[in-house]
Amino acid sequence: MFDLSRRQFLKLSGATAATVAVVELGFNPNEAKAQANEYKIARASTTPTICPYCSVGCGILVHVNEEKNDVLYTEGDPDHPINKGSLCSKGTSIRQLYTSDRRVEKPLYRAPGSSEWVEKDWDWTLNKIAEKIKKTRDESFVERENGITVNRTEAIASLGGAALENEECYLIAKFMRGLGATFIEHQARI
Amino acid sequence: MTNHWNDIQHTDCALIIGANPAENHPISMKFVQKAKERGATVISADPRYTRTSTQAHIYAPFRSGTDIPLIGGLIHYAIENDLIHKEYVVNYTNASFLVNEDYQFNDGIFSGYDENSRSYDQSTWTFQTDEDGNILKDETLQHPRSVYQLMKEHYSRYDVDTVCSVTGTPKEDFLKMAEAFCATGQVGKSGTIMYAMGTTQHTVGSQNVRAYGLIQLLLGNIGVPGGGVNAMRGECNVQGSTDMALLFHILPGYLPAPTGTERHKDLASYNKNETPHGGWWNNRPKYLVSLLKAWYGDAATKENDFLYDYLPKNSRNSSHISLFEAMYDGDIKGMLVWGQNPIVGGPNTTKEQKAMENLDWLVAIDLWETETAAFWKQKAGSNPESINTEVFMLPACGPYEKEGAVTNSSRWKQFRWKALEPKGEAKADAWICHNLAKRVKKLYQGDNSTKGNIINALNWSFGDGDYPSNDLINREINGYDLTTGKTVLNFTQLQDDGTTSCGNWIYSGVYPDAGPDEEKNRAKDRDNKDTGMENYLNWSFAWPLNRRILYNRASADLNGQPWSDDKKVIWWDGETWANSYDVPDFAAVKAPGTPAEPGAPALAGHSGDDPFIMNAHGHGGLFAPMNDGPFPEHYEPYESPVPNAFSSVDLNPAVVIWTGDYNEKGDRSQFPIVVTTYRLTEHWQSGSMTRNLEWLSELQGHMFVELSEELAEEKGIKNKDKVVISSARGEIEAYAMVTKRFKPYTIRGEKVHHIGMPWHWGYMGITTGAIANTLTPHIGDANTMIPEYKAFLGDVRRAD
Ligand code: SF4
Repeated sequence: MFDLSRRQFLKLSGATAATVAVVELGFNPNEAKAQANEYKIARASTTPTICPYCSVGCGILVHVNEEKNDVLYTEGDPDHPINKGSLCSKGTSIRQLYTSDRRVEKPLYRAPGSSEWVEKDWDWTLNKIAEKIKKTRDESFVERENGITVNRTEAIASLGGAALENEECYLIAKFMRGLGATFIEHQARI
Repeated sequence: MTNHWNDIQHTDCALIIGANPAENHPISMKFVQKAKERGATVISADPRYTRTSTQAHIYAPFRSGTDIPLIGGLIHYAIENDLIHKEYVVNYTNASFLVNEDYQFNDGIFSGYDENSRSYDQSTWTFQTDEDGNILKDETLQHPRSVYQLMKEHYSRYDVDTVCSVTGTPKEDFLKMAEAFCATGQVGKSGTIMYAMGTTQHTVGSQNVRAYGLIQLLLGNIGVPGGGVNAMRGECNVQGSTDMALLFHILPGYLPAPTGTERHKDLASYNKNETPHGGWWNNRPKYLVSLLKAWYGDAATKENDFLYDYLPKNSRNSSHISLFEAMYDGDIKGMLVWGQNPIVGGPNTTKEQKAMENLDWLVAIDLWETETAAFWKQKAGSNPESINTEVFMLPACGPYEKEGAVTNSSRWKQFRWKALEPKGEAKADAWICHNLAKRVKKLYQGDNSTKGNIINALNWSFGDGDYPSNDLINREINGYDLTTGKTVLNFTQLQDDGTTSCGNWIYSGVYPDAGPDEEKNRAKDRDNKDTGMENYLNWSFAWPLNRRILYNRASADLNGQPWSDDKKVIWWDGETWANSYDVPDFAAVKAPGTPAEPGAPALAGHSGDDPFIMNAHGHGGLFAPMNDGPFPEHYEPYESPVPNAFSSVDLNPAVVIWTGDYNEKGDRSQFPIVVTTYRLTEHWQSGSMTRNLEWLSELQGHMFVELSEELAEEKGIKNKDKVVISSARGEIEAYAMVTKRFKPYTIRGEKVHHIGMPWHWGYMGITTGAIANTLTPHIGDANTMIPEYKAFLGDVRRAD
């Protein structure tokens, strides 16, 4: 019953659906019923996503405890026309992408010659990188070569993007070309 | 992919080569399985007996680096046994075209070769024309200068005995494969080729793919359900990132990136030299001008060439290997790395790591501290004190901590909604790029020098929020009618006069005809009703124009009817192609048999029976110029155990050979074993997204090298022994995994051993291990410069 309405809801809304935290209810229906009162305030949302690994593009549902901002559970999306609910071992593991304690959680900086990272705030970090980009660009910019307008810098390279979203790739392509960079590459080449 | 994942189920024969989808694209095997249930034959051609091979009816082993002999052998077999799809070949391909009398091929070299530059002058690789420029044809295919006869002659050397002596394939396996696959040349049958990096990571990688294209055209397998040449891509959005042009040689939508040469010196020259008269690319100027309008906004005007001058112009090939060679030489000072890990994933690790020491600054944006972010650490084998690179490590969001769309191998652009707030202070790459761009622009405020003007003119209008507006980015990608402010319906509305803008023409249509208050992002479409042949036209948006099978006009015969009823995709109903199971890859109301307008540009120059609309002549290119020839020809890998049996030219004559430090070439006398690399289900690429997760680290915890029982016996190696694998670039240690999946090959009468290993490991993460790419060389394909990871020479011994 629940499954059906949830699936219909997802189909209709096409996006995030707020539902009871079904995954915390366990598998025993009686137990689930007994615990229903306790859990009914625990709000969970279900959000469809696409697997971040290979390019089959399987659908995955991410169940989140909104109060705690935590991932409760992930599962293959039964409504997805490619995987119809099934996933491989990688797609099955994406909860740990969030719950892992190995994530870098703050900007880090390593000074020349130093053997360690130092935590920094975003403002300091972005300002410093922006200054580096400007300095390197200014020092290396070539406007004309052999009588042809080239307006480029070959001193700044950009690498990567296959794991990012289209919108992000578009912004990076625009920004890097906008700077005049020509060494723009990513995983598709290798 | 020309077709899409769900469509694989419609095939009569799947040839899986240079790929191991059961391991690397596991869910795709559902559709291979479905095809099997419907009676299809599955062939696995691979140097190693893989998980995919276990699911195949026919297993054809072949030595890594010999795809062209193998497929050349199929071409030969199909032609000699008259198994081609004749009607398709005559009408839909360029088989009947007469080739320039001066075109030649002699002992491994095509006409026009220049040894000094290692490149070809392609001016003889053309067709004969009459006075009006019309291509001369012989539809009987008998003329000795016809593409068909030249191709027949070219592949006459690829007879089964020569082929099998080079590939090491047992003759009976080759013949079983040839018989099964070439049977799809029958009218109404289809065969698919599924491939991956085992195909492309060679010095002849592009010609490997071309060879697949050739056999598929001969058998009439392109454009039809269950057919196609299908690249199974490795990352969730490597299709999209390529479309968006994160590669040196293109601008978004596959417009060639302008170079600092006469050809591209201004907009008029670019348009003149890059715009073919015939075919869809005749529209290119509209796409470039609309892109310039998206990038430079109001500042781009007709009078200033839409600021074409502001686009950077290359001086050199800047692909991955060249990039690291330039960095090693000190030309590159700063680098931003967006979720890539070249220290593990790039070739010739030692050189690439050394190159990074020359950087003044490095920005590593990732969820994890990768080997690349940590290249300066002691555990990387570096001496931190002597490395002066400033390194910034920026924490990035995971995939469901942000919103945006990814494009899978089927070209489906699927939206991912944000499920929760990011971990810690992590930010999306979009936020990082947006806020960096805003800061850099601010630093240039009031700077009226050329370089100041260029960055100031860059139109960066993604809202006033802290995050760039996803909606505005998608509208910009789709494009606007600048006279009304609405988004364009699709790319057919784009103009070259500055009245439209478009960030990427191939995605135009993803946000159609929307006013400022209408939300219409079709990447969010999620109606999973089967709209016919499981094309799911209302699920996400497939570029171009939501089309699911490319070249689908070829799925119908000269009367516009499907070649068979169970392979229906589009058909002519007397008035239109549009009432079909797919968006026609053809002018919707152009009837079959409509004559071409002689000399007319774009599609008007094509007839109602010319399905390959991107090509100038509208025909599938059996004969088509590439950097290394108009027909695929076999050359041995850069490092090979044998001389070339097909000519006296061992190495692809058009590849760039890198010299200098760390570019030693291994010789067969010292390194007699063929080595290849591969992937595992439980890990992903350089491992940063899997070796940092507990479950996956536990499932596959150790770096290993896989070798045959025979080689293990010769070398005194037992299962799980620590062994050393060496190449001319260096040595690594790994555990030995002795299996029956590799067997020694007999190549031109000699025994040749073949080993393989995964390339997922490095020194960071929960499970760590040696970096396989320490062993691989800096040598790339003649067209794409993709490194030759898949076939090089090495040796193996016990570690003791
Ligand atoms: S679940 Fe597995 S097969 Fe599906 S997209 Fe993810 S990695 Fe690929």
